[in-house]
Formats: sequence, structure tokens, C-alpha cells
Amino acid sequence: MGTRSLLWDITKKYFTVGLIGLTVSDRYASIVSVRGSSMSPAFNPGSDTSDYVLVEKFCLDKYRFSHGDVVVFSSPSNHKEKHIKRIIGLPGDWIGTPNLDDVLKVPEGHFWVEGDNSVSSLDSRSFGPIPLGLIRGRVTHIVWPPQRMGRVEKETNQRPLSSLQDRPGFY
Amino acid sequence: MNLFGNAVRWRSIAKEALDRTAIVAKFLCLLHVANTYICTPTLVYGPSMLPTLNLTGDVLLAERVSHRLGKVGPGDVVLVRSPVDPRKSLTKRVVAMAGDKVTFVVDPRNSDRVRTIVVPRGHVWIQGDNIYASSDSRQFGPVPYGLIEGKILCRVWPLDGFGSLNH
Repeated sequence: MGTRSLLWDITKKYFTVGLIGLTVSDRYASIVSVRGSSMSPAFNPGSDTSDYVLVEKFCLDKYRFSHGDVVVFSSPSNHKEKHIKRIIGLPGDWIGTPNLDDVLKVPEGHFWVEGDNSVSSLDSRSFGPIPLGLIRGRVTHIVWPPQRMGRVEKETNQRPLSSLQDRPGFY
Repeated sequence: MNLFGNAVRWRSIAKEALDRTAIVAKFLCLLHVANTYICTPTLVYGPSMLPTLNLTGDVLLAERVSHRLGKVGPGDVVLVRSPVDPRKSLTKRVVAMAGDKVTFVVDPRNSDRVRTIVVPRGHVWIQGDNIYASSDSRQFGPVPYGLIEGKILCRVWPLDGFGSLNH
């Protein structure tokens, strides 16, 4: 009888801790590991390390993001995968795509992402602008390894994002 | 003496307040997990799913298990995050899955023009049952599967429509 109630107590404790942990990780912040080198040198500058980053979920309340934010989002071609990339374009921005020699406007409710390491990054240059609803959180800090702990900076000098809406004769 | 008695009372009051808060916090966490991972009631309104759903609002029970397992298929009514405004959720029917060919009337009010599109990998094609008053994949294109938030199980309110949606 004693061990029965002890087991029940332990189960209840684990269940409660699990519930609280799940809620906090869904609504407030969680820690994820970064795989791949598409965001070098910001994350995983060497090919053998795997950085751990803090992902905050408060941004999912109003979906207000800025240029240069690093976000975690579900892949548009496979909902089970998640990617980490930097936001280059927000709704209404014009993106110049040198490899297609074309300009396109990011539609309402969508955004354009690119990895810092453009050579080995599968991003909006292949799958186009993606809906903001796919975002699962914003990366704010690196928490491991200790020598690179710190805030994740917004770099907005990625590429000339032409604001072609200023040129009257373009249309 | 009195001071000591007061301090002890405050401590027990504080402890009881903390205990009660902990119970409420645990209950809210349970509610969050149940709503996000098992099932949740939602209020839907609007003309785009007539006659299946009412114009003035229905309370539906949406289950949140199937879409994580990939078990959403054509004919299911689903809760989808809008690709046009991520703060809104839409309720539409899945018409085609990735790889299917969809033939649809572009603007049924004004013309009979038809288009055919192949749904890309990882996407679904959603349409409202009332094609005359629905903004869906015919306007914003196929949506990524990752935007699906749940599958509608049954209607809970109004009571005369209680139960499965196919009546």
C-alpha cells in the first residue's frame, strides 16, 4: 500500500512538472538546438558545434516582427521540419532576387527569409515568401556554448532591399 | 508578544495564498495543454461555409491530434491560420492535398472561367462550402500544411444542430 501511494505521488509530480514545462515552452520561451550551417557565422560557425538558443514566444501574440529578426518557423514543404533563418522582408517590401534577375513584392501576411550563409541555405530564394502563421518563435539569445553566450543581434545590412515604391516611373 | 502573533498569522496567510495560486496556475496549464494538444471549442461565424455552418455563429469542437499525425484529408473541415492575416483563424474545407490537381471556378459570380492547378508538396487547397462568399485558396493559393491548427469534430451550439456536421 505504501509503495502504491508513493508511486502515485511521483507520477502526479512528474505529470504536473510536465504540464507546466509544456505550457511555459509553448507560451513563453524554450531552448532549441541549431543544426546545419545555414546561419554561420551567427550560429554554428564551426561545422562540429551545435549551438543552443533561446526562442521566445511572446512575439506570437501580435505577430509584429522587424527586419533582421531571427525566427523559427515550420517548413512550407514539410510541416514536421522547423527552420531557423533571418527575416529579410516583411509584408509590402520589394525584394530583389539577383539569381532570377527579378523583383517581387512580399504579399500581405507573408515574409521573406534568408540564411546568413547564403551559399548553404535553403530559404525564400527557393520556396518564395511564406505566411507569417508558420512562425513558431523568435531567437533572442545563444545559451550554449558559454563562450558565445549573448544576445542575437539584428543585422539589417544583408542586401540592398530596394524601396522601389519611391521611384514614380517604375510601374 | 502581539507582534510575534501577527507575524505568524501573516506567514500562514501568505502560505495559503501561495498554495491557492499554485492550484490555479496548475489548472491553467492543464487547460492550455488540453486546448492545444487534445481538443478545444471554437466560435466560428461568417457566410463562407453556408449551408454547413450558420451565418450568425456556431460553437464547434476542434480536435488537435489528427493534423500533427498527418491524418487530415480531403473533405475535412479544418481550422486554418489565415495566410493573409496571421492573427486570424479561418474555418474551411480541405478540397485537395499535395500532388492533386484542382479545377475550380475562379469567380463564380461574374464568369464561368475555370483554372486547374497542381497543389505543391507540403500544401493543401482549402475552399469554403459557399463559393460565392468565401475568400479561400481560389484567392490566396494553396496553403502550407503547417498552417492547419485543428480538424472540426462536431457542432456543440446551437443545440438543434448538435452533432456531426453532415446532416
